[in-house]
Amino acid sequence: MTWENSAITIATFLPIAGAVAILLIPKEKDRTIRIAGILVTGLAMLAALAMLPGYDFHATGLQYELSVPWIPVIGANYHVGIDGISLPLYELTFALSFLCAIYTYRYVPDPGKTKAFLALMLLLQTGMAGTFIAFDLILFFVFWELVLVPMYFLIAVWGSANRQYASIKFFLYTLFGSVFMLLAFLGLYFASPGPHTWDIVDLTRLGADGAFGHTFQLIAFGGIMLGFAIKVPMWPVHTWLPDAHTEAPTIGSVLLAGIMLKMGTYGFVRIALPVLPDGARAYAPLIGILAAIAIIYAALACLAQKDLKRLIAFSSVGHMGFVMLGIATLTEIGINAAIFGMVAHGIITGMLFFCVGSIYDRYHTREIAQIGGGMSQKMPYLGGVFAFVAIASLGLPGLAGFWGEVMALLSAFNPAPGLSVGLFRWLMVAGGIGTVLTAGYFLWMLQRVNMGVLPDRWSEKRFSDVLPVEWVAWLPLLAATLILGLFPKLILGVTNEAVSSLFALFK
Amino acid sequence: MQQPSIDLHLILPEVILSVTILVVLVVDLFLREQRKFLAMPLSAVGVLASFIALLTLIGTDATTFDGAYVVDPFALLFKGFFLAVAFVVLLLSYGYLRDGDFYQGEYYFLLLMAFLGCMLMPSVRDLLMLFIAIELVSVPGFLMAAFKKKDARSNEAGLKFFVIGVLSSTIMLYGMSLIYGLTGSLNLETIAQKLGGPAGQQPLALAAILFVVGGFAFKVSAVPFHFWAPDTYEGSPVPVAAFLSVASKAAGFVGLLVLMFVGFIHQASFWAPIFAVLSVATMTLGNLVALKQTQIVRLLAYSSVAQAGYMLLPFALAGGTPEQNATAFAAAATYILIYAIMNLGAFAVVILMSREQPGAFLTDYAGLIKRAPAIAVSMTIFMVSLAGIPPTAGFWAKFAVFFAAIQRGGMGPWLAGFMVVNSVISVGYYFAVVKQMIFVEGEVRHRIRVPVLLGAVVAASAVLILVLGILPAVLTGLPQDATLALP
Repeated sequence: MTWENSAITIATFLPIAGAVAILLIPKEKDRTIRIAGILVTGLAMLAALAMLPGYDFHATGLQYELSVPWIPVIGANYHVGIDGISLPLYELTFALSFLCAIYTYRYVPDPGKTKAFLALMLLLQTGMAGTFIAFDLILFFVFWELVLVPMYFLIAVWGSANRQYASIKFFLYTLFGSVFMLLAFLGLYFASPGPHTWDIVDLTRLGADGAFGHTFQLIAFGGIMLGFAIKVPMWPVHTWLPDAHTEAPTIGSVLLAGIMLKMGTYGFVRIALPVLPDGARAYAPLIGILAAIAIIYAALACLAQKDLKRLIAFSSVGHMGFVMLGIATLTEIGINAAIFGMVAHGIITGMLFFCVGSIYDRYHTREIAQIGGGMSQKMPYLGGVFAFVAIASLGLPGLAGFWGEVMALLSAFNPAPGLSVGLFRWLMVAGGIGTVLTAGYFLWMLQRVNMGVLPDRWSEKRFSDVLPVEWVAWLPLLAATLILGLFPKLILGVTNEAVSSLFALFK
Repeated sequence: MQQPSIDLHLILPEVILSVTILVVLVVDLFLREQRKFLAMPLSAVGVLASFIALLTLIGTDATTFDGAYVVDPFALLFKGFFLAVAFVVLLLSYGYLRDGDFYQGEYYFLLLMAFLGCMLMPSVRDLLMLFIAIELVSVPGFLMAAFKKKDARSNEAGLKFFVIGVLSSTIMLYGMSLIYGLTGSLNLETIAQKLGGPAGQQPLALAAILFVVGGFAFKVSAVPFHFWAPDTYEGSPVPVAAFLSVASKAAGFVGLLVLMFVGFIHQASFWAPIFAVLSVATMTLGNLVALKQTQIVRLLAYSSVAQAGYMLLPFALAGGTPEQNATAFAAAATYILIYAIMNLGAFAVVILMSREQPGAFLTDYAGLIKRAPAIAVSMTIFMVSLAGIPPTAGFWAKFAVFFAAIQRGGMGPWLAGFMVVNSVISVGYYFAVVKQMIFVEGEVRHRIRVPVLLGAVVAASAVLILVLGILPAVLTGLPQDATLALP
């Protein structure tokens, strides 16, 4: 065992080991438990960051790779590795989890039970991180499903009023999609020329060589798409998301929006497109149309929302629509845009959910009408932070939200050969209208929450502005929003090599 | 006529178990009332001794009784499995029987007798012995189901089980007699050879197979022959329900596996579609009705009907290449083994709870997380596993079936499609249990005292499910090795 082949395993499984350790702490020592949560996620993040110095940013293949037999009887391997597409998402997972653990130092939602809360969060972290580094279909699937149970409990135990309904809806939707995905994976395995393989790298090579028949690709892509599309979520299978987000505790929403949704889009980029290129070409117009509908629909839905958290949740549907639009073009620039969009959305929307959580903590309501405006007077810092991230989210140039959207629209102008240019240009127009509507609802939201006169019912109350622990948890995200907006190459430079080599086949 | 040669070593585990059965029966006569519970440790020792004898046979691949009795890796695996289940059911029964005014000696005598039948099942390659093995499992079951003598429901459970059981045995026996008439042999391999020829194409042969399958469908509670199971499970003492839903059902499936994949394999194109219909109907009806259950034992009963549907699916895949047959066979075997672990765990929790509240409803589990946290967490693991979600063993059971179905092609992917939809439906009621235990505030009641034996069974099952969930190679390798004996 060397650092080269064990780094990923160490970083990915540190959270689970930490969860076990935390479960052993007596529950009376609440503070110790919270500190332990920060330590574990911090250690895991250090392990993940420690991979960066040794990472060769100019290489295309997998790095820190390890492949050992796992279930010999079906030929499944424990095959993990990291490349330019995985790396940003993998690091994001650890960073966001660490910040969530810091936030938890101050806020553990009702009904308390810090120990179980943190243990589930850590289990979730391993599942999410594992999804991004698994290069065996079975291993990928196990990590993929590993997030289900902890997230179900995070929503169902620590959620708000309607949590039971939201949690089981989330669970059933995601499970329904993923079981069909599993059947499609099995189909891929048996369709691969002998000896059959689950290996994503091998399957990608086979896919590029045209090893899979056209009809098979259509069926398999359909099954895989069902699984990924529900997770993204694409319109019209998005309905679980507003409910789950609205009811989930703050940390749950942050991780759900920040990372879990990206598992779906990552799946498209990593598995569905490269392995089944014919299927991808056939489904790309459909994906593009659904993405454009999602952008417009989400923007309109946002305009109609009364609940602040639900509004942010719907805005996620729209932003993921841009990501899917970029993917649907099957171009290098589109895929790069998608990955950039994933990271930017993870940072910005994660931050938005942090803000909403803190606003709720002060006002004890999420109704925009109840809050009634004037937040900038009452809490200038919180108001300022909220305005900053909302504006980043609507895609202001110079902030992180801009690049993913504009590049996705740009790529739709010139989709990959074989796709209808006319259709994609219309989709670009629709997306453009969507950006305007997005700006509209975010600004209107700021107007109703931040601006205006503070209602009398709040002026007597004592609200604390942004607390030190909140600054610690938020500043890295705020800084990242600005830095990625000014220097998009920080992400694009990492992803570009891997994207070019994977998606050359669509040229 | 020459006597067939008998290798006593090969049947040593069964011999030890038989001796134990007689010892338990006789010793019980001389025990005072307060000491009757000693029949349980005595039985446990016998089971352990039998298990040790089994260990000496590892690696054997031999036949005795002129080929009517086979000891191969498959048989050894399932004998070991049945002994382990026997041991667990003994542990589960102990407290329940001792505290509940039962005839203990007779109960353990009957239980071991049934397990003797289970032990024979994977080894027999002879129609007559197969029938005897099935009856050895069933007849004690009739009596044990009615073991709560003063309870009308228990009597009804036993009687219903008895009537249905005898009817199904008769149908099966009639089919077997027709097979004998057609082929002139009771040996399964010979039957397979004869049925491979022109004799196998006669309508009578197909009718005979239909009768036998029908008889087995009762035993494994496949729809539409399932309706006895919920009533019987509900009325029986809970450890007996555990026995019926795990050991008795597994024995039925093992017998069915041997019969269909060895004896009737050449008619697979005839019977595989029948199993496809049985499988889909069983899983769908079982799941849909389970959604509506309010009583925990009935819920588990319908759950076990649905699970039987998943186990029937690999039968519908028979008739492809030998490799595909082997995968289907291994999938069914894997499913049976994993199902047994998770279902035994769930029943252990139900037995534990029924000490507090006999005939518990789902709502009686409200707030269990506060009253017995470890038990509630374990039960959650069992439910997640029964629903087939990673990282639990239940996922790999389903995976094995999907694997076989996709490999088979043809109808296979469609059947797998039915099964995945059913798996999602099943989350509805498995998670209803979880919801009650964890999210619903129960009345404030005292913490539950967990007896050592029951607690050990629960903990062991939960740990096993998680270990197998993460490292499935431990188990999936076994049934694969065990399919070598297939023709």
